[in-house]
Amino acid sequence: MSHSEARGHDERARRLMMAELDGELAAGERDELERIVAGDPELEKERKRFLRLKEVTDSMALKPAPAEIWDDYWTSVYKRFERGLGWIFASIGAIILLTYGTWKGVEQLIADTTLPWFIKAALVAMLFGLVVLLVSVVREKVLIGGQQRYKDVER
Amino acid sequence: MARTGTGNAEISVEIALTQTPVTGEREDSERALVAAAREGDREAFGELVTIYMRRAYYVALGLVGSHDDALDLSQEAFARAYRARESLDPDRPFYAWIYQIVRRLCFNHIRDRRTRVKKLELATPFLAEQAGVRAAATDPGRAAERSELRARLEAAIEQLPEREREVLVLREFEGLRYREIAELLVIPIGTVMSRLYSARRSLAEKLEDVL
Repeated sequence: MSHSEARGHDERARRLMMAELDGELAAGERDELERIVAGDPELEKERKRFLRLKEVTDSMALKPAPAEIWDDYWTSVYKRFERGLGWIFASIGAIILLTYGTWKGVEQLIADTTLPWFIKAALVAMLFGLVVLLVSVVREKVLIGGQQRYKDVER
Repeated sequence: MARTGTGNAEISVEIALTQTPVTGEREDSERALVAAAREGDREAFGELVTIYMRRAYYVALGLVGSHDDALDLSQEAFARAYRARESLDPDRPFYAWIYQIVRRLCFNHIRDRRTRVKKLELATPFLAEQAGVRAAATDPGRAAERSELRARLEAAIEQLPEREREVLVLREFEGLRYREIAELLVIPIGTVMSRLYSARRSLAEKLEDVL
């Protein structure tokens, strides 16, 4: 048997063993499985191991959730949705207010004749830097993200 | 049917109903609910949540292994689904859509190193003895043995790669057929079987001394 034939044979045996465990063997496949396994002691050993494992997994189940969680499940989901909306509006409002307040503050500081020139320069530099960072992040999200052809492909 | 270790027939029946393939009357009623939810009908979406909340919770439990996280992630999935309700397609099964959101949230959660550390610290059992297995209850020695076996099985499942764990959970604890798993994950049946084989081989190796 060639290497690729042997691989195909093993793959077939594995699938048949899985189908046997899960009650998904089609008509005629049981005989095929018996034939394959009869000629391969390693596969026979593996099959027995899987059958014992199946007994163990069949004896276990997911732990039941406390019954009371279902009573307000939907209410909790809706609250999450509502709070999400709340956060979006609150964030938009906060950004507008913060931007306006910052602008007004900067205006006053720049107009202040008692303030040293290098403080004003540092302030302008900091604001310029923040704007560059913001534009960079937005550009990355909007432009580059949109051009990634394989971003939705699951690896 | 999803297997929970409760023995409570009512819950089992309810879960079975939510897992019935969408056909005939159920299909029509679900399509109507999805169409209404798409238009922003809160009550219709609430009904869909009520129908699928258990299934979403238990699949999340199987994937992340923690009650609190499963509850949080499954509820977050529905909240996100409601936000994105305009992309709902009434002609496609609702569960397949919500499942994609649940699994993505669960995988992200598992990948997050910080929550992984937290999860280890707060680890609690996520498996329970099946309702029919009662022999251990009367024999303390056997009960301890079963408890250790459960803990080792849980640890072995936790260590599986996420794609293998997912297929194992859908098959072993959700009770889905290969065809249903393949449809849900949009992968060939052969891939389902290969992932199951790898998952089971890993579990068998880790539990070798007790098998």
